[in-house]
Amino acid sequence: MRGILSDRMGAALLMAPLLLFLVLAYAWPFLGVVKWSVTLPTPGLGQYGALATDPLVQSVFIRTLRIALIVTLVSVAAAYAITVVWVRGSPVQRVVAEFCILVPFWISVLTRAFGWVALLSNRGLINTWLQSIGFITEPLALVRNEFGVIVGMTHFLIPFAVFPLASAMRSLDDRVLLAARGLGSSRMRTFWSVFVPMTRSGIIGSALIVFVFSLGFFVTPAILGGGRSVMIAELIYLRIFQSPDWGLGAAISVVLVLFVGALMALLFRYVRPKQLV
Amino acid sequence: MQQPGRAAEIKAIGIGKSFGSFRALDNLTLDIGRGEFLTLLGPSGSGKTTFLMILAGFVKPSDGRLFSDGVDITERPAEQRAAGMVFQGYALFPHMSVEANIAFPLKVRKKSAAEIKRRVGEMIERVGLKGHETKLPAQLSGGQQQRVALARALVFEPGVLLLDEPFSALDKSLRGQMQAEMKRLHQETGTTFVFVTHDQSEALALSSRVAIFNHGKLLQVGAPDEVYDRPANRFVAEFLGEINMLPLKGVRSADNGAVGLCEDRAVSLRGNADAVSGNAILAIRPEHMSIAREATVGENGIAATAIASTYLGAATRLDLTTRQGARVTVSVPNEVAAAALSKGNSVWLTWPAEKGFLLPDGG
Repeated sequence: MRGILSDRMGAALLMAPLLLFLVLAYAWPFLGVVKWSVTLPTPGLGQYGALATDPLVQSVFIRTLRIALIVTLVSVAAAYAITVVWVRGSPVQRVVAEFCILVPFWISVLTRAFGWVALLSNRGLINTWLQSIGFITEPLALVRNEFGVIVGMTHFLIPFAVFPLASAMRSLDDRVLLAARGLGSSRMRTFWSVFVPMTRSGIIGSALIVFVFSLGFFVTPAILGGGRSVMIAELIYLRIFQSPDWGLGAAISVVLVLFVGALMALLFRYVRPKQLV
Repeated sequence: MQQPGRAAEIKAIGIGKSFGSFRALDNLTLDIGRGEFLTLLGPSGSGKTTFLMILAGFVKPSDGRLFSDGVDITERPAEQRAAGMVFQGYALFPHMSVEANIAFPLKVRKKSAAEIKRRVGEMIERVGLKGHETKLPAQLSGGQQQRVALARALVFEPGVLLLDEPFSALDKSLRGQMQAEMKRLHQETGTTFVFVTHDQSEALALSSRVAIFNHGKLLQVGAPDEVYDRPANRFVAEFLGEINMLPLKGVRSADNGAVGLCEDRAVSLRGNADAVSGNAILAIRPEHMSIAREATVGENGIAATAIASTYLGAATRLDLTTRQGARVTVSVPNEVAAAALSKGNSVWLTWPAEKGFLLPDGG
């Protein structure tokens, strides 16, 4: 290859099969979806107009954003704590943290969702236990509502939030933390005014990944929301498979993809590793 | 650990540090005087940086006690010692402006906003960073970052300023400039400075005293001229600069010094001969030797042959061998070197009695 093709060309050629696959498997069908959105049931932008006015669609959009936002905040905060232990803890703590981060990846999302149902339902472990110690008399509504969805999604997404944080924390220069302490700053103060700001790029990256993931969640909200806490992906499913309204389903898909695309563009702008650290 | 604005006096007694089976520092006892500029000099792995980290409180010694102004601070954590510290690579806060970096130690001390503003302003003026207040460290040159690091470490008027190879990343001309600046800051603040370097010329140029380390041991402490002219052992002699070593036999004390036989010629020395008798090494710095046409009675000298010369601009470095095969280097005026090489290469090496010193044989 050398001398005939530049390194860049060589790399492009190596990636070509993957790109071709992505185009055939995602981009091409997506163009079909775009086409439905402007042709079904009649040609025109009518479905997009409906999107803007349909109160059901709007309430689902708002609920999805709200859930995604809460899940993002909770997941990133929890992941931050776990990552600090994983990256900066003692050897034993590191192993334990790594185990906690990796184990969830071995269990399917479906299994985990049903696991949460078993824990959170009216006759689930938590309610039974709380009743048996006399803390509550009526079971708490922990599942088949937004709370259940948020718990399940947060649990699923924490491990994904860990990795961008870990890479930011690993690239941090320890001497800067020593410097802060040497200048008289307590450990607490050093953490909040030096460590956290210096891992900003990781926090942004982690939050964007979790947020984008949350927007398209299907299985977890479908099971833990029990049909009452419908999110966008489930709405699209309903429009395509149950109340055949392919045009509206397609239009919602297109808006979702564009929104996620914009967020991804933001992600790549912020999480170029060298740029911020 | 100190009253603000007052230089600290530090006493290290029997300090040792082991990392596993590696002895990084062994039984170090050292007094650092109030307002002194002490340099810790040694090759990498010699223990100098470990000692600095122990002074800062980042590393806990395995043995020994550390006192500051008579108070035992061995167990005191770094943030309560609050020695000013300048790190290798500066360790500035990358997300804070120049101003915020310098204000940091005052903020953690909960000074009033007005006081912080005033003192940061003064410090920025003092280190010549006016006009750069709102820039981030990444937007500054190496020399400017260095100034921010110095300002940040000095703004809270620490009793002692610790510097860990602060100039290693700077180019040569900038280095000279920053050295001069640091000397000025030392005089202006009157604070005790403890400076780590592996560069002997830097150590000699800056310090009031130099402490030389090797293999975790403190070998010698003294004023720059003291350690340069009267090194305690061969390592110190060689580490501080080029040195010629000639075997000396039959050493014995004489009037204010010693006499011995160097390549079968009687030579005399002044000073440090009391500890040595019998065989020893005679050490002389290259710049203290000169070339003569022939021997003069009563003057130290041996015969040698010039074998090579290196032109250094201001002087020429001449490599010679003695009759018994010892290698000698001298630094001589350019024309002397040319003459020595031209006339059959055979010359006479001389040196003043007070410039030679004895090192134990084999040590």
